[in-house]
Amino acid sequence: MTAQTDTMHSMENHAEACFQYNFAYLDEQTKRMVRRALLKAVAVPGYQVPFGSREMPMPYGWGTGGIQISAAIMGQDDVLKVIDQGSDDTTNAVSIRSFFRKVAGVATTTHTSEATIIQTRHRIPEEALQEGQVMVYQVPIPEPLRWLEPSETETRTMHALEEYGIMHVKLYEDIARHGEIATSYDYPVLVGGRYVMSPSPLPKFDNPKMDNCPALQLFGAGREKRVYAIPPYTTVKSLDFEDHPFAVQTWLRPCALCGSTESYLDEVIVDDAGARLYVCSDSDYCAARQAQGHVGDGMPVAAPQGTGKEA
Amino acid sequence: MYVAVKGGEKAIDAAHALLAQKRRGNPAVPEVGIEQITEQLSLAVDRVMAEGSLYAPELAALAVKQARGDMVEAIFLLRAFRTTLTRFGSSLPVATETMQVQRRISAAYKDIPGGQVLGPTFDYTHRLLDASLLTPSATTEDVSAMAQEQAHATVNNVTYPKVMGFLEQEGLLPQASNTEPPAAPEDITRNPLTLPAGRDVRLQNLARSDEGLLLALAYSTQRGFGSTHPFAGEIRMGTVEVSFVPEELGFPVVLGEMFLTECETVNKFHGGAGIEPCFTRGYGLAFGENERKALSMALVDRALQAPELGEAVMAPAQDQEFVLYHSDNVEASGFVQHLKLPHYVDFQAELGLVRGMREAFARHQASAQATTQANAATGTEEGI
Repeated sequence: MTAQTDTMHSMENHAEACFQYNFAYLDEQTKRMVRRALLKAVAVPGYQVPFGSREMPMPYGWGTGGIQISAAIMGQDDVLKVIDQGSDDTTNAVSIRSFFRKVAGVATTTHTSEATIIQTRHRIPEEALQEGQVMVYQVPIPEPLRWLEPSETETRTMHALEEYGIMHVKLYEDIARHGEIATSYDYPVLVGGRYVMSPSPLPKFDNPKMDNCPALQLFGAGREKRVYAIPPYTTVKSLDFEDHPFAVQTWLRPCALCGSTESYLDEVIVDDAGARLYVCSDSDYCAARQAQGHVGDGMPVAAPQGTGKEA
Repeated sequence: MYVAVKGGEKAIDAAHALLAQKRRGNPAVPEVGIEQITEQLSLAVDRVMAEGSLYAPELAALAVKQARGDMVEAIFLLRAFRTTLTRFGSSLPVATETMQVQRRISAAYKDIPGGQVLGPTFDYTHRLLDASLLTPSATTEDVSAMAQEQAHATVNNVTYPKVMGFLEQEGLLPQASNTEPPAAPEDITRNPLTLPAGRDVRLQNLARSDEGLLLALAYSTQRGFGSTHPFAGEIRMGTVEVSFVPEELGFPVVLGEMFLTECETVNKFHGGAGIEPCFTRGYGLAFGENERKALSMALVDRALQAPELGEAVMAPAQDQEFVLYHSDNVEASGFVQHLKLPHYVDFQAELGLVRGMREAFARHQASAQATTQANAATGTEEGI
């Protein structure tokens, strides 16, 4: 190292010393406050616990709730994976991962099986989660009844009274009007037979993965100042009717890159004529399959015309 | 062959480099200094301190510079710094009746003890662009001499009685608080909002609320959406001392001074909820010179007192859930702008759903058409 870079480093160190942050950014008192709220959340599965959410150095809507949970539970030996839309490489996942590398110095990974904490926005990895892992979900609107009732005072009362009539009426009206439940993501679930809960904006494809899951699932909504949880091996049921059972999305073709027929696919427009390619949204899962020698056909399909249904 | 997108980290670094370049602008133009911002763009600094809820002019100026003059971004920067600071206690309430005022006016009385002090106000300027400011020039002696005289008048440690006090003396205005104030006020930066919110929580929320939102809400009350019949009882701005009682000393110690703008509105009240006809009060307080904010805040504070005064809650400005949950521009800006983040997965789910619904719709149309044609072919008459 040259003398000049030494000087530069010492200047940087000086600037950093002026703005010293605790391990994982939050101070220990704040972490304890978050952990107390999480303990309550785990004790009452699916119940939204108010907590003293802090302003974070990322904007609200970027995952401040999830980031506060990760910061509160993170230890030096943890291995962190961050995904957004199923991928480790989307800009916000990259940004959150590098934030924790910087303020906590923890190891990070893109491999689901290696991670002890997986922070996510909008997906659950395709690879089954294990005991000892923690899923941290970023939640924009924690209240599953919010689209039906804008008032927080009202919705809290509804949860307390287990009064979920409006939700069932909404689902029924969907069927009456469209022949099916017209909700494709953030599909409401009943947790532990008691609380109706928002799974965060996951595609409903991922809902079954939450049921009886060996991993601990924690949900954080920073702006709305709520956390909630699903302890390991808890019943999570997607709301439905006997004659209109819950069903997940399916695709007519496998992933064009790894040939998987079991994963959630993104539709990518690959040319000006609008040809589409269907590829796994979980980039780690897709890459691992390709490494194992699985190959997709790599073939785009022509743009869907008129009312044609592709997915 | 298509490969999944990689390189987000590089793209982010490149974006940050471009941002730094944009912030600096043309390098041939001298870089703006923090002191220039605190001295010459002081109202920007004041707004950032008020909504950033941190009294720190230098840091607020830094935030303004770093944010390229974007007020909401600068407020966010200051908030994100503030949240990391240790809280060692609460100060004593500041005594605004002892304020060293630079400006103090009442629109309710023609004259008041101590007089009306205009201070540095835009109120009576003619909004004509001043070409002389196009080029830097030395301050003309006339202006500086007058300003000196004005400043001199306010430095001599004179305090001015509160206008609202005269109404209180006459019993026309209930005392600010009928009950003992709580030992420590609620802290909205440490505890989540619960409803119904007490006035301490509401005032804290409004004090850091977006100025534009407060202005719009205050304006809406003036146009009939929750009218409060306000008069500007008193607006004062100036410096107050901030005192703190350290546990180990047991007596107050002055920590420093801050510049505040305080506004109290007088509002006609016909009586109700067991209260005789009287006047009521709206209260606004903001760091720095923030008159528009303080006045707007006072109007909204009064509107939010509707339930306590037995008034029907009919308008947005009176609805505490509506106001308190949507007032924070750091929250609002974040959530609105998060729409720029990727939503591929959910959009894919919606694509599938809408395509499916369109297919079902087309099937339904086709079968309806087939039935009509079949009926026509067999000569069946439909309807009467």
